Amino acid sequence: MYKATIVVRLKPSVLDPQGNAVKGSLHSLGFEDVEEVRIGKTMEVWLDTSDSALASERVEAMCKKLLANPVIENYEYELEEGA
Amino acid sequence: MRFAVPVFPGSNCDVDCIKAVREVLDRPVDPVWHLEGKLDDYDAVILPGGFSYGDYLRSGSLARFSPVMEGVYEAAEKGKWVIGICNGFQILLEAGLLPGAMRVNDHLQFRCDIQKLRVENDRLPFTQDYGREEEIFLPIAHKEGNYYCDEETLSRLEQNGQVVFRYMGENPNGSVADIAGIVNEKGNVLGMMPHPERAVHAWMGSADGAKLFTSMLHDWRENGAA
Repeated sequence: MYKATIVVRLKPSVLDPQGNAVKGSLHSLGFEDVEEVRIGKTMEVWLDTSDSALASERVEAMCKKLLANPVIENYEYELEEGA
Repeated sequence: MRFAVPVFPGSNCDVDCIKAVREVLDRPVDPVWHLEGKLDDYDAVILPGGFSYGDYLRSGSLARFSPVMEGVYEAAEKGKWVIGICNGFQILLEAGLLPGAMRVNDHLQFRCDIQKLRVENDRLPFTQDYGREEEIFLPIAHKEGNYYCDEETLSRLEQNGQVVFRYMGENPNGSVADIAGIVNEKGNVLGMMPHPERAVHAWMGSADGAKLFTSMLHDWRENGAA
């Protein structure tokens, strides 16, 4: 069993209105030192395989096909065995 | 001329689309449940607005893999007319049938309003009944209508006349170049955030959406089957 922790983020060139709104709230709470906030998504996916190369290939494919939209988002992931 | 309106779990403008086709054009139109894979019997497909699959992951991202989308791809490929309205537009973007992607509105609010638009291309089967640069009013109702594409794509859209509708006055969502609707290069797949089906009678507040439907029927009569 492998667990993939996938992080999907808006590309740096794409404006993040949610991040900006949260930044404003943090400022008003006294965290004036916050310069930027970017909001992304974390997904945890468990795969029924003991082959790390295969797990990686499968996660890559699902990110490309569904989990991230390559027009506006980047993704990265970490694999953890037996999690 | 026969219309299909695919219905996904969470669609909520399907009946409005069906009624608009019936009341404006008096043509046959069927709801098609998303598990149906074939749309061979139809000449035009309208992907309705709503919240398909609860907008989970990204708006339109899950509907894109419904069996009915096979029929939509095929229809688009054959040059039949495909229109995506609101969530339907989001689905067409996710499906790659139109370029770009949809982001959350720049003000983060759901915006429900009557919006002034300009018809930027009146030479399409969807817009030929509109006047040149005609200004029209259509309802909008969305939170993810902030259209995005890179600069290269934008200049291609502009050069090819693929920007069909543009917001006038205040841009309600922050979309690139005030884009409200675009068409594919071939001119048979249209995506738009405003709702023409909700503006087909004066009592609805505007009847400006009716010409989108009559345009198709006129094109159909002039040029025969797509």
